[in-house]
Amino acid sequence: MRSKILLALGAVCAGLLTWDFYRIFDMLPDEANQGAIYRIIYIHVPSAGTAFTFFTIAMLASVLYLATGKFKYDAVSAALIEVGLVFAGIVLVTGSIWARIIWGVWWAWEARLTTMLICWLTYAGYLMLRRAVEEPTQRARLSAVLSIFGFAEVVIVYKANVWWRTLHPGPVLTIRNGGGMAPGMENEIYWNMLAFVCLAVVMVMVRMRQEEIAREIDSLRRMAHSY
Amino acid sequence: MSSELRTAEAGAAVRIEPRARPRTSLLAKIWTITAKDLRSEMRTKEALNASIAFSLVILVLFSFAFDPSSDQFQEFSGGLLWLVFSFAGALVLNRSFARETQNDCLDGLLAAPIPAAALFLGKAFANFALLIAVEVVSIPVFGLFYDVHWAGQFGELALVTLLGTWALTVIGTFFSALTVNLRMRELMLPTLVYPLMIPALMAAMKLTTDLLAGTPINAENVFGLKLLAGFDFIFTLLSLVMIDTVLVG
Repeated sequence: MRSKILLALGAVCAGLLTWDFYRIFDMLPDEANQGAIYRIIYIHVPSAGTAFTFFTIAMLASVLYLATGKFKYDAVSAALIEVGLVFAGIVLVTGSIWARIIWGVWWAWEARLTTMLICWLTYAGYLMLRRAVEEPTQRARLSAVLSIFGFAEVVIVYKANVWWRTLHPGPVLTIRNGGGMAPGMENEIYWNMLAFVCLAVVMVMVRMRQEEIAREIDSLRRMAHSY
Repeated sequence: MSSELRTAEAGAAVRIEPRARPRTSLLAKIWTITAKDLRSEMRTKEALNASIAFSLVILVLFSFAFDPSSDQFQEFSGGLLWLVFSFAGALVLNRSFARETQNDCLDGLLAAPIPAAALFLGKAFANFALLIAVEVVSIPVFGLFYDVHWAGQFGELALVTLLGTWALTVIGTFFSALTVNLRMRELMLPTLVYPLMIPALMAAMKLTTDLLAGTPINAENVFGLKLLAGFDFIFTLLSLVMIDTVLVG
């Protein structure tokens, strides 16, 4: 059943991505001021949305793990953060490429870029912590705590735009009271957001299955040793 | 029948009247831990000496990294000072819980009738005092080496230093507890702690640079002070809530 859902979701995701990329590269016109490079927003913004959504759900899963002690929440949290980190990496890389063209530099030590990088480093630390602890219960407990601390960081990242003066473009999406983007161009961001979330969910499901299998192998190995 | 009697007698014989345990307040418990940590540090001065010596070495190394007599120096003096504090502080913080692993001292502390939050706060206060001691030595030396007039805005500088140092202490002590049983403790602590400290360090560096340059706290940079205070509040609260999970499980 689960593998059928996975396959169906994968197929939907492949279809959506193909259609979106066809629209982004072939049907939408260049932007008046930035030219072709503006298209990076269709990768950049959905990736950021996916990463932040996943870090938030991972924090909730960590709280649930600490409250219930069920390992499935630990697996959810670990898988979400691992996939979220990949998307956070995409945000940093695509942002850098855009900045090289528009700002003329690969990197600016500006508030939102810096805090996004800090956020990335914090969650990379999460993955390192998981590798450093061998005992499964202790690993789940400590990494849940770190995920909650890391989330406090994500909140700071999100608010950084307000706290520090910033070079980063302000919100362009109407749902965040930004406006300023042509409706056709803006809608495509939401479609691609859907496709990215779909892709990420597929990745998380695969990763969770790996985590469960790994734990099963681990417990079988322990059983074998105890005889 | 007789065996029942014997048991009853034996039960009566071994019954121990609960001794009235002195009821100590939470503050007294916290102080006991702080005093214990400070006392054991003062007897060996291991972490303190290493930390002060290390901060002096970094201060000397800075003079090779840039031209200390240049005008630009004023623009990053605060940043350098906080780099010294955070690097030297890591030496103190790393040992905070690690020193309790010998002879199973940590198990003893956890078995003692004090809540884990009191243990954490006690250790945090001791670390805070040690970090302040390192800073009290390194700030005048910094001023002397690099011709920085630090005493001009003393009150405000002291406030920023106290808030910033508490931020380093609370994160450092918490993660010292979190990493205490890990194989790669010395590697994991800085990897986890520095990214989390950055927002507080950023604010403290900006404010200290302004204060050392003679600019008081004004409408433009007061956000840094708010950020520091907010950071201290949020992470102190989070640490107190989570420390039980980390230490006891």
